[in-house]
Amino acid sequence: MDFTVALAQIKPKLGCLDDNMALIEAAIEKGIVEGAHLIVFPELALTGYFLKDLVPEVAIGLDSPRIERLKLLSRRISIAIGLVEVSADYCFFNTALYLEAGEIRHVHRKVYLPTYGLFDEQRYLARGERFRAFDTRFGRVGMLICEDMWHLSAPYILAMDGATTLICLSSSPSRGISQEEGLGSATAWQKLTSTTAMFLNCRVFYCNRVGYEDGVNFWGGSQAIAPSGEVTARGSLLEEDFVLAAVDEGALRRERIFSPMMRDENLGVTVKELKRIDRERGF
Amino acid sequence: MGALTVNTSLLRKILVGFVRDEVTKVGVRKGVLGLSGGIDSALVAYIAAEALGPENVHAYTMPYRTSNPESEAHAKLVADRLGINYQVLEITPMVDAYFAMVPDADNMRRGNKMARERMTVLYDHSAAVGGLVLGTSNKTELLLGYGTLYGDMASALNPIGDIYKSQVWELSEAMGVPREIIDKKPSADLWAGQTDEQDLGFSYRDADELLYRMVDQRMSRDELIAAGFAPQFIDTVQAKVQGSHFKRRLPVIAKVSNRTIDRDFRYARDWGK
Repeated sequence: MDFTVALAQIKPKLGCLDDNMALIEAAIEKGIVEGAHLIVFPELALTGYFLKDLVPEVAIGLDSPRIERLKLLSRRISIAIGLVEVSADYCFFNTALYLEAGEIRHVHRKVYLPTYGLFDEQRYLARGERFRAFDTRFGRVGMLICEDMWHLSAPYILAMDGATTLICLSSSPSRGISQEEGLGSATAWQKLTSTTAMFLNCRVFYCNRVGYEDGVNFWGGSQAIAPSGEVTARGSLLEEDFVLAAVDEGALRRERIFSPMMRDENLGVTVKELKRIDRERGF
Repeated sequence: MGALTVNTSLLRKILVGFVRDEVTKVGVRKGVLGLSGGIDSALVAYIAAEALGPENVHAYTMPYRTSNPESEAHAKLVADRLGINYQVLEITPMVDAYFAMVPDADNMRRGNKMARERMTVLYDHSAAVGGLVLGTSNKTELLLGYGTLYGDMASALNPIGDIYKSQVWELSEAMGVPREIIDKKPSADLWAGQTDEQDLGFSYRDADELLYRMVDQRMSRDELIAAGFAPQFIDTVQAKVQGSHFKRRLPVIAKVSNRTIDRDFRYARDWGK
């Protein structure tokens, strides 16, 4: 179906769940008023990013009242949102929820927790163990959280699982100032999202936050990308924004006819070779 | 060359946004800084005026009796151009009173004392006007340790601590810092005729080219030599970086509990902001 997606390029406050929930609800209301069918928030939208020892303090269970509230709102607009989830056995996950028609349709726990450079996620968070596509009213969708997308296998698995829409929730810090027009990190992401869309004949919705945390800023630049790799809408750099993009079902159909790489993708060969590599490495 | 050239409009936007965001999120509107007449503090004044509005920037020149009068003239020039609040506060009485008690102190001790005297004046004025102290140390100085711990290195936030001196020059041009300040030889102005580059024994341009490759690009010693840097220069700079590392860290704490501040008690400073 043709639909409108909203990318809520917000500026969460570090560790302030009430303030951030208010920000999120306001964006959801705006999305509804603007006629969006789906709204995407950044990674850790409810909590902020550089949480460190705050992780257990801001974590919520999937039965928490805030999630009940989001479920209720998802009757009016589908929602993809990032938060810290605590499981029954007290593991803390960097989680993305997809809510639709009053229920949680999918829980994705970030698999690739970056722990290098300025990142330290695996010190504080538990690792997710799966990539699964799921059905929505917009067709089959796969969710990724930031670093997940930098692992080629992750969007590949989702696309092979039938996803035609990839949603990536991000908190990507600006870095790599040079003489180029854009920031190193922004340019790299723009290449990645477009190339992923093109490789997998999928639409990509990328939502990145803005704001500063301890001097580190997040560059925004959220974007909607057609299955051809063409950017159809892009949020402003470094500033809060609310991006609305019209999504054309026909563009997906046409791209899949013009470039049927996913149809021709040979899962048997891939699995066979990966199994061989696994065997030879002796795992 | 060329690796240090930056997109100044983007850099300006990030640094201005940084000052605006990090100052206002703690619930204040004002920034306080020492304006020495040199390029680093001039640039920070330009950034702060754009971020907070000139009426919310309070700049102080704190000369000692041996300070070069040109420094104060340049500081005033910046303050006038920007329309920021400006005051001259002599540190001579406090510094001389102290050194009357310890007359044998050498230039380094005197210079450090002056830098720390200025720090206490700035922090007192930050309380008086209700603003945060803005740091003016650039990445080159911070890496080389060419600054006084708890003196000019003290601040609440520093917009230029991740840009090299060469980039300070570049951004200053773009932001319209007066030409005479950009062109003059960098000096800590602690005694007559002092220049940074004489003190250090090499130029900032050369140091920046080396530091960028050594720190940012993590090139090995062999790669640096192959790139044309003299081994002795590499070793001198490396020794300065390593030898001054203590200045870039908080004091070390003897660990006895399960949660020691900054080791396993870790929160961002913007916690709840």
